[in-house]
Amino acid sequence: MSHPTHPRHHVLSVLVQNRSGVLARVASLFARRGYNIYSLAVAPTDDESLSRITIVVDVETAPLEQVVKQLHKLINVIKISELDPLDSVERELMLLTVKAPAGKRSEILELLGLFEGNVLDVGHDEITVSMDDDPERLDDLENLLMPYGIIDVQRTGRVALPRLEHTRP
Amino acid sequence: MKTNGGAALIKALEMEGVEVVFGLPGGAILPVYDPIIESPIRHILVRHEQGAGHMAQGYAQSTGRPGVAIVTSGPAATNIVTPLCDAYMDSTPMVVITGQVAFSAIGTDAFQEADTVGITRGVTKHNELIARAEDIPLIVRQAFHIATTGRPGPVLLDVPKNIVDPTNPDSALDWYWPTDEEVAASLPGYKPTIKGHPRKIKQAAKFIMEADRPVIYAGGGILKARAAEELRELAEMTNTPVVTTLMARGAFPDDHPLCLGMPGMHGNYTAVTAMQRSDLLIALGSRFDDRITGRLDGFAPGAKVIHVDIDPAELGKVRVPDVPIVGDARLIIVEIIRELRKLRDGGSELPDITDWRSTVSGWQEKYPLTYEQSEPGALLKPQYVLEQLRERAPQDCIVASGVGQHQMWTSQYWEFRHPYTWINSGGLGTMGFAVPAAIGAKVGRPDRMVWAVDGDGCFQMTAQELVTATTERIPVKVAILNNAYLGMVRQWQEMFYEERYSEVYLSPDLPDYVKWAEAMGCMALRVESPEEVGPAIDKANAVNDRPVVLEFRTDASEKVFPMVPSGLTNDHVMVDPSQEDPK
Ligand SMILES: Cc1ncc(C[n+]2csc(CCOP(=O)(O)OP(=O)(O)O)c2C)c(N)n1
Ligand SMILES: [Mg+2]
Repeated sequence: MSHPTHPRHHVLSVLVQNRSGVLARVASLFARRGYNIYSLAVAPTDDESLSRITIVVDVETAPLEQVVKQLHKLINVIKISELDPLDSVERELMLLTVKAPAGKRSEILELLGLFEGNVLDVGHDEITVSMDDDPERLDDLENLLMPYGIIDVQRTGRVALPRLEHTRP
Repeated sequence: MKTNGGAALIKALEMEGVEVVFGLPGGAILPVYDPIIESPIRHILVRHEQGAGHMAQGYAQSTGRPGVAIVTSGPAATNIVTPLCDAYMDSTPMVVITGQVAFSAIGTDAFQEADTVGITRGVTKHNELIARAEDIPLIVRQAFHIATTGRPGPVLLDVPKNIVDPTNPDSALDWYWPTDEEVAASLPGYKPTIKGHPRKIKQAAKFIMEADRPVIYAGGGILKARAAEELRELAEMTNTPVVTTLMARGAFPDDHPLCLGMPGMHGNYTAVTAMQRSDLLIALGSRFDDRITGRLDGFAPGAKVIHVDIDPAELGKVRVPDVPIVGDARLIIVEIIRELRKLRDGGSELPDITDWRSTVSGWQEKYPLTYEQSEPGALLKPQYVLEQLRERAPQDCIVASGVGQHQMWTSQYWEFRHPYTWINSGGLGTMGFAVPAAIGAKVGRPDRMVWAVDGDGCFQMTAQELVTATTERIPVKVAILNNAYLGMVRQWQEMFYEERYSEVYLSPDLPDYVKWAEAMGCMALRVESPEEVGPAIDKANAVNDRPVVLEFRTDASEKVFPMVPSGLTNDHVMVDPSQEDPK
């Protein structure tokens, strides 16, 4: 799997009417062209009648422009912005269950502490942790925990918003 | 006022000004059919739902008003998928209403349940499963608004039975009729751009002022925008030759000195070559279809492109324009003309393109459309039949066609003088389009003579709609060019598959077209020799009380020329063999 910061990865933030079938319409425009959606996050906005879909896709820039134009044509799509990773803040949530027999547990907790993650559940010889951060930092933790034996990983897909102006305009 | 969903649906159609619907009832849509008995809307009972869809298209293409079809759930909905796709490709305004099983049964594989909204998502401009009876008036208004504005297209409404069945409490609603403002507010994501960007319009005018070899490349969008008058004004003002694509035939009169006719794979030599050699293509409501451009990387290599389209997704989709303008073609042409006037009044002069015009007329003289008359006793030449049909029909006669060789010959040989006189399936190329589309056109324009020019293969796909035409007293005329073959496929096999004919032979006598047509209540004649052609057509033209079918026995070996073979650039026009330069 290619890394999500690969140049072919684009992050689209799509504001849609919050109603049945809209996600299918959006997704099928990608499917029709055989583009894979790398990750997808959907939730209502502060206005309950609207949802925001954050899509990470693995496409060249030129065909993506065409898809974006097609997305605009969907009646239920209100606004689309492509978020440049350099000009946006991104977050993703990961839940991860890793083998943690008594002898290894403290090492794992130390690692988790460094990443400011949380322990959600502790079992006999495994624990479930959570972390929300930059998607790349999640990758790092995942990689570091790999040697202990990851049992399950669930990630939400990234959500993003544009960076704010830091100086008076 | 208390009402129920079924009555509200029909009332909403009436409020939208619908005068006629094409359809066929069934279980899930039964409650919607009941109020049709009292409604002033004319219902035309088809013999197959595909027919209903193509009739709605023919109606829409001839009148500019949205065509409406009503069918039941499941198999009826799947039967109308082809017309939806056809209308989507050719931007035809249409509203299709399908029945659906009760909302609570959706997803249970109920009898005649199909995921209609899922199946038609990719072939409609918009579709909607109506969940509640109270939504019906608003959703119907939205559907008509969406189908007819911006880039027109088909909209499908899927209507579960429980919300239209008056015996079901789910169907109760208080009648209301949303205002335009309410409709607009309910569609926050839908705001087609109408007005062109002033800076781009200035830029377009500047390009036109500088062009030496301009060509106007007029597409179906001219007809959708009702911009034929304005197109003519622009062409005449700038002296620019005009090509009309398969979708735009009639948008600019074929007998106009600036008209070059149809470009593309089977376009005439001059139209293809003028585009190819031009230094400015003024694309108005056209979309650089692969059948027009030929091999893309060699298409019109020296041309700058002004591309006007109401659909922003068309700009740059195929060819990157130098001047992209999003908006309504009619308004933008008007603005461009105004800008050109300003420049002219400011002392600028339009370039002298006499040389270009004479180069173009040189091609026209050297490579007119041509064919050889048949030997006595031999089968008819299809081109001759078309010339005769054209000559004997009124100027404003509407002609519909199927898909295949006969379609190309009709487009080539029918001299179009008026917009909205040509009804065909361009983008999807749907065999079987002609008969139902002609019926729809005649329903929309009963004052006009309507001919369908059909292939023998196409005719066999939808001929049963002539029963509809006879029953409903819709006197259309059908010319079958019976070459006993799936002719267009045969042509490709002859030219590109070493004459290996695989599954293209149909037989001239089976079915017996005359008997078949008579069985469907039509007047029918078989025509086999050139001297019979004219009189048979005159006889057909004199019949006004029922449909007519003329079966012309045509020469299967006749091929459509010119032709740009698939995969080659438009520099490789194969002309009629009689026009080839001696080598
Ligand atoms: C529904 C459908 N099936 C297949 C085709 C492929 N096709 C294109 S033209 C053609 C032959 C049409 O035969 P006919 O109607 O006799 O017309 P002709 O070319 O002989 O004039 C076929 C099979 C098509 N366009 N549409
Ligand atoms: Mg044929």
